Amino acid sequence: MAAKTLTINGKQISAEEGATILQAAEEAGVKIPTLCHLDGVYDVGACRLCLVEVTGVPKLLPACTTKVSEGMEIKTDSEQLQKYRRLTLELLFAERNHVCAVCVANGHCELQTLAYSQGMDHVRYDYCFPKWGVDNTHRLFGMDHNRCILCTRCVRVCWHIEGAGTKNVAGRGSKAKIITDLNMPWGESGSCTNCGKCVQSCPTGALFYKGSTVAEMERDRSRLEFIVTAREKKLWVASD
Amino acid sequence: MSKRILIDPVTRIEGHAKISIFLDDAGNVSDAEFHVVEFRGFEKFCEGRPLGEMPGITPRICGICPVSHLLASARAGDAILAVKVPPAADKLRRLMNLGQIIQSHALSFFHLSAPDFLLGWETPQAQRNVFGLAAANPDVARAGIRLRQFGQEVIEILGGKKIHPSWAVPGGVRSPLKSEGREKICGWLPEAYSTTKHALNLFKTILQGHQRETQVFGNFPSLFMGLVALDGSWEHHGGNLRFKDSNGNIIADQLDPQKYFEVIAESVKKDSYLKSPYYKPLGVPDGMYRVGPLARLNICERMGVPQADEELKHFKGLGRGAVTSSFLYHYARLIEILAAVEFIELYMDDNELLSDHLRADAGINELRGVGASEAPRGTLFHDYTVDRDGILKKVNLIIATGQNNLAMNRTVAQIAKHYVHGPEISEAMLNRIEHGIRCYDPCLSCSTHAIGQMPLQVRLIAPGGKVVREMTRG
Ligand code: SF4
Ligand code: SF4
Ligand code: FES
Repeated sequence: MAAKTLTINGKQISAEEGATILQAAEEAGVKIPTLCHLDGVYDVGACRLCLVEVTGVPKLLPACTTKVSEGMEIKTDSEQLQKYRRLTLELLFAERNHVCAVCVANGHCELQTLAYSQGMDHVRYDYCFPKWGVDNTHRLFGMDHNRCILCTRCVRVCWHIEGAGTKNVAGRGSKAKIITDLNMPWGESGSCTNCGKCVQSCPTGALFYKGSTVAEMERDRSRLEFIVTAREKKLWVASD
Repeated sequence: MSKRILIDPVTRIEGHAKISIFLDDAGNVSDAEFHVVEFRGFEKFCEGRPLGEMPGITPRICGICPVSHLLASARAGDAILAVKVPPAADKLRRLMNLGQIIQSHALSFFHLSAPDFLLGWETPQAQRNVFGLAAANPDVARAGIRLRQFGQEVIEILGGKKIHPSWAVPGGVRSPLKSEGREKICGWLPEAYSTTKHALNLFKTILQGHQRETQVFGNFPSLFMGLVALDGSWEHHGGNLRFKDSNGNIIADQLDPQKYFEVIAESVKKDSYLKSPYYKPLGVPDGMYRVGPLARLNICERMGVPQADEELKHFKGLGRGAVTSSFLYHYARLIEILAAVEFIELYMDDNELLSDHLRADAGINELRGVGASEAPRGTLFHDYTVDRDGILKKVNLIIATGQNNLAMNRTVAQIAKHYVHGPEISEAMLNRIEHGIRCYDPCLSCSTHAIGQMPLQVRLIAPGGKVVREMTRG
């Protein structure tokens, strides 16, 4: 495959044709914050945290879904981008009910970690305080919609890796919601195989092992990686 | 015209409180009341949450006794899972509760109360605190601060952090005691013993000069309630409920805490957010009972450890039947610290505490569960109703300060009647009234957890019972 040369933050790099900016940056050792991206499943560009500036393009582009091209000049950490990232995070927090102190994912949450790393010390918007419920009907897992950021990672692993197609998104805008099958309680789903991949994939405390208490929900992403490696490379090895 | 005197807020009590004193035409006190105005809607807030989160959420009610809520919550969870927690987990929870008793009692005695009786009632408020104590009596202040630190360290060694540890869970606990932790605790023991014994001697000396306080600081007949072990000895986490009257008669014994509501009813008073529980069979006012250290020592036959048992004998000698003066809460607190230190020492030789068999696993087997545990201030009940998926439908918390509310009112009235004559109020008198409340070590933020915004009402009541003036806010 042909290689493309481009610059990231002034540094010259080369990347494979067809690679995304996110992949190219990662190769080059440049960290771009992401939230909806999950290695092993296709990207949807839902969270907008990975936005980058490309010279000559008037709008900001998501690094996870934009392919590299010859001569691209990319900036990943301008003042403007930092501003937008904070804003995006603040909106995510304001949209649902995130009370980290009593959350099962406290201390192991990607949203929380990102907020810390982007210096988000308060939220400038009014909290919406929507009334979302908890679906605790499944024998093994629970889903707290209050903490869902609609990144759709769970939907993608469910369809793409497990192939069960249990999880879906229903509704639009602020009413959008992750559902199981035809919007029934998770415990009544006929398609769910109880594999737990969605729980492993969730970046927040929205999906959890039932019975988890505060700060207890630690995920082991290497299990997902193992399956992805097995599928893509036909190698049954744990990544190091 | 009646005149009302407000002391607001009572300094050095966690949270805010108001006291009203009613004077009659002759200028004498006819009655007094202690109001709680703080409000936190925890019971409502918990509805809809999964059971597993409760031991993580409820400790947030109170920054002073998070451990008590943690343990009561985990116990309520045990009841809903309908499991027996592994023996190691039970012991570890007890160990943490002992740490909590030590740290909380040390705070109450050395930081909050000792300044009053060591520095004297006449000392102005600005100096009548732990800093004033540190200036006047640095050794006592320092030892007290370190004793509290010991209790906090026991909690931290087990739970990972000083406050808000979500370490206990329905079915058990999350991690054992490690041998480094055990060594650390052992290292503290000699100092903890010496500080406690020193404080006990000090208090007994103080007591001689405080006969009047003993007589009028909440000295009246009431019931006493708390948990006791099956053999009637002191209990703090487990066991069953016992009620004793002030003559020392056991009037109800070995009641299953799961059925507390058969013997305890709650009256919500119009002018307070605090629920005032009473012993149902006797109603109000005869069913008024006290909880906490004084009650626990009154209801038990023995502490179960030798040094504290010696002290208990002396303590019991201070009353006929039961010890009825709330001023002796302080003494009871010190005896409980001593017992806690002795029990911790016993646990240090128990290898089971290092076990990793710590958690019983089960689904939702009961739809209602009660967790009762002795918080430093008294028996704490967490009563949860869940649906079949373990989502909280109803939460009722009965807290020590609430249970002592009726007795606190009586105490304030008794002190006021004794010291207030006419409209002139001296600083020393105000200090005494505050101290009357402080005997109970009330923790007001967690006592007023129930939701429901009530208008704040201030009423002036004439001798005939007629409301002569009423102010309503909100
Ligand atoms: S999901 Fe993450 S950000 Fe949301 S409350 Fe939990 S820890 Fe906080
Ligand atoms: S449940 Fe978790 S993984 Fe699924 S959309 Fe919500 S936040 Fe993303
Ligand atoms: S990671 Fe690219 S949009 Fe979410």
